Parts: sequence; structure tokens; C-alpha cells
Amino acid sequence: MQTLAAHVCRLTSASMDDRKNKSMRFEMAHDAVLQHDDHAHAAPEGFIHRWVMSTNHKDIGTLYLVFSLTMFFIGGAFAMGIRAELFKPGMQLMQPYFFNELTTMHALVMIFGAIMPGFVGLANWMIPMQIGAPDMALPRMNNLSFWILPFAFILLLSTFFMPGGAPAAGWTMYPPLVLQGGDAIAFMVFSIHLMGISSIMGAINIIATILNLRAPGMDLLKMPLFCWAWLITAFLLLAVMPVLAGAVTMLLTDKFFGTSFFNAGGGGDPVLYQHVFWFFGHPEVYIMILPAFGLISEIIPTFSRKPIFGYKAMVYAIASIAFLSFIVWSHHMFTVGLPLGSELFFMYSTMLIAVPTGVKVFNWVTTMWRGSLTFETPMLWAIAFVILFTIGGFSGVMMALVPADFQYNQTYFIVAHFHYVLVTGAAFAIIAAVYYWLPKWSGHMYSEFWAKMHFWNSAIWVNVLFFPQHFLGLAGMPRRIPDYNVAFADFNMISSIGGFLFGASQLIFLGVVIHCVWFSKVRAPARPWEGARGLEWTLSSPPPHHSFTTPPVIDDRELAHGDVMH
Amino acid sequence: MSVSKFLRQASGAALALAASASALANPVPWQMNLTPGVTSESREIYALHMAALWVCVGIGIVVFGAMIIAMFRFRKSRGAVAATWSHNGKLEFVWTLVPVLILIGLATPATRILMNEYDTSGSSMTIKVTGFQWKWRYDYVSYEGRQIDKVGFMSKLADASNRIRQLDSGLNPDSVSDHGFKDYLLNVDKPLVIPAGVRVRFVITAGDVIHGFWVPQFGIKKDAIPGIVNEVWVRVDQPGIYRGQCYVLCGQDHGFMPIVVNVLPKAQFESWLAARQAGTGKSARTAQAGTQATALAQH
Repeated sequence: MQTLAAHVCRLTSASMDDRKNKSMRFEMAHDAVLQHDDHAHAAPEGFIHRWVMSTNHKDIGTLYLVFSLTMFFIGGAFAMGIRAELFKPGMQLMQPYFFNELTTMHALVMIFGAIMPGFVGLANWMIPMQIGAPDMALPRMNNLSFWILPFAFILLLSTFFMPGGAPAAGWTMYPPLVLQGGDAIAFMVFSIHLMGISSIMGAINIIATILNLRAPGMDLLKMPLFCWAWLITAFLLLAVMPVLAGAVTMLLTDKFFGTSFFNAGGGGDPVLYQHVFWFFGHPEVYIMILPAFGLISEIIPTFSRKPIFGYKAMVYAIASIAFLSFIVWSHHMFTVGLPLGSELFFMYSTMLIAVPTGVKVFNWVTTMWRGSLTFETPMLWAIAFVILFTIGGFSGVMMALVPADFQYNQTYFIVAHFHYVLVTGAAFAIIAAVYYWLPKWSGHMYSEFWAKMHFWNSAIWVNVLFFPQHFLGLAGMPRRIPDYNVAFADFNMISSIGGFLFGASQLIFLGVVIHCVWFSKVRAPARPWEGARGLEWTLSSPPPHHSFTTPPVIDDRELAHGDVMH
Repeated sequence: MSVSKFLRQASGAALALAASASALANPVPWQMNLTPGVTSESREIYALHMAALWVCVGIGIVVFGAMIIAMFRFRKSRGAVAATWSHNGKLEFVWTLVPVLILIGLATPATRILMNEYDTSGSSMTIKVTGFQWKWRYDYVSYEGRQIDKVGFMSKLADASNRIRQLDSGLNPDSVSDHGFKDYLLNVDKPLVIPAGVRVRFVITAGDVIHGFWVPQFGIKKDAIPGIVNEVWVRVDQPGIYRGQCYVLCGQDHGFMPIVVNVLPKAQFESWLAARQAGTGKSARTAQAGTQATALAQH
């Protein structure tokens, strides 16, 4: 491998700034292809040129992450409104219809605006560096993928200000209810189409990059698990985003063009929508968690100073989960009145998904076992992920049992389940990754004290917020209701207090990030974490604007946390 | 102990609990667990739920316990040096197989319970339930082989609750109660009335958007979908008042269309039904109020 690399090109260490590269063959080949001035390899000057017209995976990654954090606060504000109304029985703050707008938009913003773009931002920043590529395979399409999103969300959020208000039928948009909405429906559908196009193009980019631009020596079964997780997630996106587009287009035509896809009176079937939507919807939730699995599989080995336990099993587990995610969709529809055979099939397939997921949890724990552990902030978030995501998984196993689900379905037990897997799961993983790679991106160390304050506040208040919701669901409180019987009052008040404090804690995160990027005086070395392995840690902190313009010579000890012969 | 034996023992315990719990029939403050309910299905569901919960607790103790031990024993600050091993095929096989076996152990009783719930044959009574925005309609279709005509009525949120829930009403939700149970948002003007000890089949549909018919105490839950007729059956042996809610988002007053079922002893139900069929509205309501009080006094 090393001989091959040497034959391909003579180059300097990848960690040096490109401008110092003295290899003649490189210079000549490079200049022959491109017309550049002296600042060819620095960031473009001018705000518009650098940010609006970016074709750089690092800057586009930053754009996605800033966008994601902004949407997280917007979606979080909607959640604060929801928890404020639910603080006490009785209606104190808003009309029930507006409450439904908030719950709908909270979910749409968080899912499509915060979680998914957050993972895409991490992918953009890290995948090229982790595989030794100079950038994503299709940099201009990458730019378009990002810039579609602010426009899509302006469309969606503007519906609050229209007559009729924002969509209020839940993020799942079931007909016939959703068709009772006004003009907002059209805006919502167009917005979702735009987001879908963005995701599909992003997925194409990721697959093309990982399959084609790996540096020599970066075999598929040696690349970081984050790259594996994203490779598989990208295929899921390609498969199901068009299905969502189909579902919402049928809503559009039912509402505005006289079709009856979902209207029994016209020969259609409301349940058809649910099948099409959830055929997208279930893989969608795995799209939102597989990259998180990849991130945790990067962070735990670093702070355990030990390779991930069972690298190949972890790859097979992600692939199995992705495959199984296509054959479980009706577990969201257990009370719809499916035939007995369907209910049984989906019960068994849903229970089966617990198996590879369990394997991953066991492997993370075994990575820690007989390691040499330290507990810097990224590790704290990763440990919290493993514990709390697993709790979300437990409620998932319980819900898979159909007769039991008849009591849990559409109650706060479900709300607790998906918030555990999405907030303490996906969101905690994104935050962990930001703390993990922020020194690399910014060149500075963040304040470990304030980062830990952010962690402990978040970890405690998130449980005060969501754990009591299990009890509310079991006691019989349905979801998506703005008011409730007084028996539910105590846990609702506790949950709301947890919500306010959890929300406030995220402001600490904002402060930590701003301080780190602009005000921190502590320089970060190329490898701030002793146990970190991977090509990204061979680059400077921050890395050059264009890194790995020629493929790096790969030291096998950087691959798979030193376990390249697994 | 096998899972089915566990379930039988748990059902027995649940039954004992249920007998005393019927007074705690509907949600109680600080309630943390599912109700065992008042039907054999709800008790079986409760037992299955508890079995699954204990399995999860057990796995959690093992996994989280291992993590906590690791976090103490293998800290770098304690001098721990990392091992170099990183895979073990046998271990992977074991912790793939064992969960599959555990899941089969849970799926088996779940399958049996589900097949039982799906079988609506042998029902003595049929009631049509229709969800509307934002109230329910109950139409009595047949009872013990005889067709019932013209017994049907709308059931909507009781006025007392409806006044309190208006935005900024300033009224206190604690102030409405029915025989000691604070029934804010769980009371209606005309409850559904069914006989105890009789296998009742509900045929469920909707008139506008999708709603959901659910009574936690009965262990039944089924979507009410316009254009589709779903069915569930229930047999409640214990007279009493049982309360549920619409559970599918159906618009602005989704949270304000409760379900109240008044289960009367068979004889009293039959006189109620006869009074309704004869169309004597006022005396039917009085008879109803009297039988409700009697039924509750029997606990």
C-alpha cells in the first residue's frame, strides 16, 4: 500500500499547508488544469463568494451545522410553547388549534431542520477528511443541497403568518384531517419537496464520494464507522425520500386537483396514505439514528484508548438494521385495523430489529470494558447516549408487542419513546460530535468547565422532561392534546419544568461554541484527544481550506483505531 | 419459570389487584403504571406489559451495570491500561442468539392474546360507534339476536368541563367531579351504556376525519376511519363507569371528545334499553342516574 502511494505521487506530509507543497509534478499537473492566482488554496475572499457560492466541504459543513443549530432553537421554542400550555390543566396561553400548529411545526422543524441537517453537516466536514479525499465528489451540487434548505424553511415557517395558520395535522399529515387545512398545505408540500431534493442530492454525493474518492489504502472495511454509517444511510435516503414526495404530492392533488387517493367517498382509502407515509417514515427514523451510531463508534474507542469491539459485526449490524427498517413500517399503524396476519408479521419484524441494535450496544460497552477510560466532554455525551438511547429502545421493544401497543399507541408512552431515541439519541450524538471535532474545526479548545455544565444540565433535565411521560402514557394520557384531566397534572408539571430547564441549558452550548470559535485563546493541537485515530487527526487544527489535495500516505495505525486487521 | 406460567401468576395477581382497583378505575394522580383493567384481555395485556418491562429492567441492569463497573475499574486515572483484543465471534453469536430467544418468549403470549382479541365471533350485542369532529355517536344495532331500532345518540363533552376549558376561563378544573372522581375532560352528557357480562361487539367508523376509540380499562383501542368499519369486542364483568378518550389527532378539539361507558348489571341495562326504545327520554335518564348510583355503591 505504501509503495503504491509513493508511486502515485511524491508529496509532503498531509498535515502541512498546501501552499508549501514543493512537488513539481503536482504543481505542473495542477496548474495545467486550473487557472489560479497566488491565493489558490486559501478560502475565497468576500462573504458571498465564500459562503453563498461555496464549493468547499468544510464551509458547507459549517453552513449546515449553523443552520441546524438555528432550527434546533426555533423547534425548541415551539416545544417551550407546548410545555408551557401543558404546565397546568386548563387552557391558559393559546387556542387548541394553535397548539396543534405548534406540535406539527415542532416536529417538522426538528426532524427536517435540526437533526437531518446536523448529521449532513458532520458528514460534509468529516467524510472527505476521514477517507483522505480532497472534497466531496460533487462540490457544486453540495452547495445547492445546502442552500435549498433556508428557502424551504422560509416557505414552511411563513405559514404561521398566513390566514388559516400553519399546518396543524401533525408532522405525519394524515388525511382527511390535513386536507382541512388552508393554503398552508401547499406551502408545506412544496417545502417538503425542496427538503427531499436536498437530501437526495446529498445522499448521491456521499455515496459517490465514499465509493470513489477513498485514498489508496482506505479499504471499505478499514474506513471509520462514521463513514460506513453514512454510506448506508445515504442508500436509505435515496430509497425513501421519493416515497415521501409521492405521498405529499398525492395530498396536494387530493386537496387542489380533485383526486381521491385518500377519500373513501371517491374510491380511495385514508389508510393508503399511512402505508405510503410510513414506508418512508420508518426508514426515516433510522436515517436519523444510523449516523449517530457511527459517531458513537468513533468517540467511545478514542476515550477508551481501545479499538471498537467487533468492527465487522458493527458494520453488519448497521446493514441489518437498514434492511429491516424497510419491513416494519406498519408498527406505526397497529390500531388501524390491519388483518391479523399483517399485525403478526410486523410484530415479529419489529422485534427482530432489536437484535442488531442490541449487538451494537453490547459492542460499545465491551469497547469500554478493559479500556483506559477518560471522561472528557465528548465521552460524557457518548456514555449518556448509550444509556438513554437504550432506555428508548426498551420502550420500543415493549411497543412492538401488539396487544400491549393497544394501550401504548398514541399516548405519551410513544412520545417518551421517540424523544428518548431522538433527543438523548440523535441530538446527543450530534452534540458529542461537535465537542469531539470542534477543536479540529476551529483550532481552539473549548472551555471544558462550561462544556461539562452544558452536559450535566442537559443530561439531568432531559430525564426530568421525558421520563415522567412514560408514566403519563401508561396512565392513559393521549398525545397531541392541549389540556388534560387533573389526574395527569403532577407529571405534566414536572415534565414542563424539565423542559424549560433543558431548553435553557442549550444556551450554554451556544455560548461554548461562540467562545471556542472566536474568543478562546487555547490552541488545539492536531490530535487533542490522545486516543483519537483517523486521517482527520493527521491534519492541522484547523485544517487547510483544501486538505488532501493529493492522497495521503496512510499509516495503518490510523485506521480503525489501530485494529486494521480485524 | 416459563413465561406463560409467569403470565398466569401475574394475571392472578393482577386480578386481585383489579378487584380492589376498580374503585381506582380511571386515571389517578401520580399513576405510574398501566391499569390491569376490568376485562380478561386488559388483564392479559397488563401481564404481558409487566413481563416485557421486567425483561427490559433485567437487561438494563446487566448492560448499565457493566458500563458503571467499567467506568470505575478501567479509568485511566486509576492506572488502567487498555487491553488489545477487539473481537470475539463466539460472544457476538451468544448475544445475538439470547435476545432472539427472549423475544420469542415474549412474542408467543403476545400472539395468543392478539389472536383472541381479533376474534369477534360469538358476540351477543353490536353497537355502532361513529367518530365526528368533535363528539361520538353511539347507535345500538342488535342485542341478543334482536335488531334494535332507533336507539342512538350523540355523546359530547359535558358542559361543566367545556366551560372550564375555554381559554382564560379562570375556572378551576378540580371543581368538576362525579361521585368523588375528578372527571374534568372525562365526562360527557350522554354516556354509552352496555350490559355487564355480555360479549359486546363495537363496529367503529367515522364521519369526517380519522378518530380513535379507546377505553384503557377495557384494553381495546381501534381507529375510527371514514369509509372503513373496524371492529373490536369486549366483555366487562364488573359494572361501573369507565372513561377513555379519542386518541387520533382529529382537529382543534381532539382533546375534548371523551368516551364514557356506563356498564350496568344486565337486568338494569335491559330496562334502560326498553325505556330508550319506548322513547321515554326523561324517565330513561332518571333510571340511568339511579342505576349508576347503585352500581357504584356496590364496590
